[in-house]
Order: sequence, then C-alpha cells, then structure tokens
Amino acid sequence: MAQESMTVHLKVWRQSGPEDEGEFRTYTQEDVNPDMSFLELLDVINEDLIKSGEDPIEFDSDCREGICGTCGCVVNGQAHGPERGTTVCQLHMRVFRHGETIVVEPWRADGFPVIKDLVVDRTALDRIIAAGGYVSVKTGPKPDANSLKIPKPRADAAFDAAACIGCGACVAACPNASASLFTGAKISHLAMLPQGKAESTRRAKRMVEQMDEEGFGACSNIGECEAACPKEISIDVIARMRREYLKSMFTSH
Amino acid sequence: MIPLSRALESSIGRKFVMSISGIALVLFVIVHLLGNLTLLVPDGGVAFNKYAAAFEDLGPFLYVIEMGLLAVILIHIFWGVTVTLKNRAARKKAYKEGIKTKGGPSNMTLLSANMIFSGIFLGIFIVVHLWHFRVRKVTEAGKIYVEGQEMTNLYGLVVEAFQHPGWVAFYMAAGLVLGFHLRHGFWSAFQSVGAMKPEWSGAINAIGMFIAVLLAIGFLGIPLYLFLM
Ligand code: HEM
Ligand code: FES
Repeated sequence: MAQESMTVHLKVWRQSGPEDEGEFRTYTQEDVNPDMSFLELLDVINEDLIKSGEDPIEFDSDCREGICGTCGCVVNGQAHGPERGTTVCQLHMRVFRHGETIVVEPWRADGFPVIKDLVVDRTALDRIIAAGGYVSVKTGPKPDANSLKIPKPRADAAFDAAACIGCGACVAACPNASASLFTGAKISHLAMLPQGKAESTRRAKRMVEQMDEEGFGACSNIGECEAACPKEISIDVIARMRREYLKSMFTSH
Repeated sequence: MIPLSRALESSIGRKFVMSISGIALVLFVIVHLLGNLTLLVPDGGVAFNKYAAAFEDLGPFLYVIEMGLLAVILIHIFWGVTVTLKNRAARKKAYKEGIKTKGGPSNMTLLSANMIFSGIFLGIFIVVHLWHFRVRKVTEAGKIYVEGQEMTNLYGLVVEAFQHPGWVAFYMAAGLVLGFHLRHGFWSAFQSVGAMKPEWSGAINAIGMFIAVLLAIGFLGIPLYLFLM
C-alpha cells in the first residue's frame, strides 16, 4: 500500500563551526517518499545543496539500523524524534504530516559542544567510560560454559543495561543535561555481573567524578531520559549507580 | 573511600542531601498538620491552645528543636538553589525551539521541571509564616485562662488572621504549592538515595501522590474552614 509522496519543510540548525553563532535555515523538499528514513531525507536535501554549491547539512550516522549510536539530533523538540525506542536513523517520514515544518537541532549540552550543524562532540562519554567502565582484572582464558552461575533475571537486567549504544539522547533530553542514564547504565551492567562486581564501587566513584567533571548536570529524577532512550533503558540504573556510589563512600578501595 | 567533603560536592552527594533534608521536612510537615487538626475541635480553642502550650513547656529544649528544624530548612534551600544553578549551567545554550516530553515513562511535567519555583514560593511562605504566627505569638498574642492556668491565646491569633480573605488565600496557595512540590519530591527523594527498585516505583509514586494530596487538602482546608466558620 504505497502512500502518496509528501512535501515537508525542514527548519534545521546551521552552524559553520564551534565558534559560529548558528541559525535556523529552512529547506523545502517535495516528492518525499514516506517510507524513507529521516536521515535519507537529509541525504536528499544535501544532494541538492551540494549541486547548488552550498555546504551540505553535517550530521553523524553509521549503521543506519539503530544499533551503533552514531546518529542523533533533536527533531521537533524530541531526542531522536517522536517515536519511542527509535534512533533518528530508524525514524521514517511517514510519522510526519504532509506540509509539516520539522524543526531539527543538535544535542544541546555544555558537555557536548557543537562541532558543525548537527554534529556534536561526544567524547565526554568516552572519557566517562575510560574513567572506569571496564573490568581491569585479568580473567584468563574462556571459562567452561555455565561455570559462572548467574540467575536469569540478573543476566537479563545486566543485558538491559548493556543495551546502551552511547548515543547521548539521555543527555539531550534531560532538562539538566545530565549524563546519569548513560553512566548508570554502564555501572549497573558491570555491577550486576560477577566479573564486574569486584570493582563496582571504585568504578562508580571514578565514573561519577568524571561525569561531574565533564559539566553534565545532576539527576532530578524527571525520567525524560528513559522516554528518549532508543534502547528504553530504565532509570532504575540511576538508582543502582547511586547505591554503588554511596557504598563507595564506606568501602576502602 | 571518598572523603565526605568530596562526596557532598558530587552530583549524587548533593541530591543525597536534598533527599534526606526533604524527607525530614515531609515528616515535620505531617506532624505539623496533625497538630493543627486540633484547630478543628469545636471547643473555642482549648485543645489547640493546650497543644501549643505543650511546646512552651519544653522550655529551652523547644529552641533546640526549632534551631534543628531551621537548619534542615536552610540546608534544603541552599542545596536546592545550588543544585539548580549547576543544572542550568550544564546547558547554557538552550534549545531554540524548546524541548517536548516523549511521554511514556517520563515524569516531566510543569511540576517536576519547576521544583525550584515551588520551592522558592515555599521558602517565602516559611518566612512570612514564621513572622505571622511564631514571632507574633510572642509580641501580639493575648493571654487566656484554661482550666485555671494562664496560656498564650495562639488560637485567637490564628482565628483572627483567617478572618481576612487575603491571608486565607495565601495559606491556601501555600498548601497547594506544597502538594505540587511533593507530587514529584516524595518519589524523587527515594530515587535520589537509590532506595528504589522498578517493582516499587509505582507504589512509591502512588504514596507520594497520596501524601501530596492529603497535605494539600489539610493545609488549605484548615484556613478555609476557619474563614467559613
Ligand atoms: C516545607 C517545605 C519543603 C519540603 C517538605 C520539601 C521537600 C522536598 C523533597 C522531598 C524533595 C525531593 C528531594 C530529592 O529529589 O532528592 C525536594 C526537592 C527539591 N526542593 Fe524541596 N521541600 C521544601 C521546601 C523547599 C524550599 C523552600 C526550596 C527552595 C527554595 C526547595 C527546593 C527544592 C528543589 C530545587 C528540589 C529539587 C532538587 C532536584 O531534584 O534537583 N524545597 N523537596
Ligand atoms: S546510525 Fe547507527 S544508530 Fe543511527
């Protein structure tokens, strides 16, 4: 059942570099196939921009199947657009109306400085991981299957937290630009598994300190991050991060 | 180990302080409301004046309690303001076209996103309220004899105040704003100290709603009742 093609107006943030003030510019695109993805719309608009000698709209993407966490922008005031559990590369034009003006802005947070147009610098998240989001003990060769027993609910919960793709939508959607969901997801993922448990309090301390240092806000428990997360990670990971951090106040490593 | 001073500087430590001071204030406010219910006893104020006199009987210990309470309020306000300022500073360049909730599990509402404004209103209320009844209890309240004993007629002061529609409206507004603050605040306080599991979240949220509504009705109902009487 092919839908009719549509016309949309794209009001998109253009900023030539980190120091540029930036401004919105509006592009009208006709003959938009409702089945194309939002990033494909940007591709189409960019082809015309390139042909007319203008700078194309810069944006990040890689897998285009919602698993790598490279893409991300705020569409109509919502991180990754209106659909829940979706990255912007998996957002399709059929969710928009014919003739609609779609507003596109980059992630906005002091921890995510704009590089160009919709591209922001998310290396702050890498530094949070580097501060402790790993297991440092040498675990030796692969153990026998099922020699490490992990109850199924726990394995599931750890996996849910591990689903984070590091896109930064939680920071973008949070009124405080807090990276608590991202940091909490990694702390929880590792704290719930035996390999990661040994270092969980030290990890929490280091990662939280790095998170604060990067200039992200504190969590006000508003939970917009969970609604924006393409992997629908629960703010339960934030409660767990806090428990691990508080524990680290009383333990000796 | 994290040194205490460093822990209190961290984003998690700050919210820990907010949470503990907030819960302490909730407990105080519940006890305060229960005590104030004696205003509703139709005995010309005997029950309320006796209740108030019981505090006077504590002597200097009353000051210790009052100073402790004041400290908790000041801590909550100081941390509330500094946390909010830091959070604002985390996004100095705001979204030009604003941000819209995605719904679903989000708790983003006008109430949860504006805790600082309901808080500031409550802070102003506390100052006015302390002058209105705590200071004027000493400077303006008359004496009354109850069962042969001399007592401060705090009841008279309160009832007189609530003959004025302006005061009634102000106190009713404060009751409502307290409910607004706690609608998000109660649940939030548990999440802030990590005392939360996904299985509990619904129940704690519902208890928070219940407490918020009950406190709002109680605190806005008493002045209204005294006005209409
Ligand atoms: C009767 C008075 C008050 C009570 C019972 C109360 C209670 C609470 C509670 C339980 C919380 C949740 C704490 C958490 O999320 O960890 C809270 C949060 C908050 N309170 Fe109050 N509060 C009162 C007065 C005030 C005042 C006077 C202010 C400031 C001017 C204030 C500012 C705040 C702010 C800004 C938050 C949110 C902090 C955040 O989530 O980032 N509150 N309050
Ligand atoms: S491009 Fe990989 S998640 Fe969108």
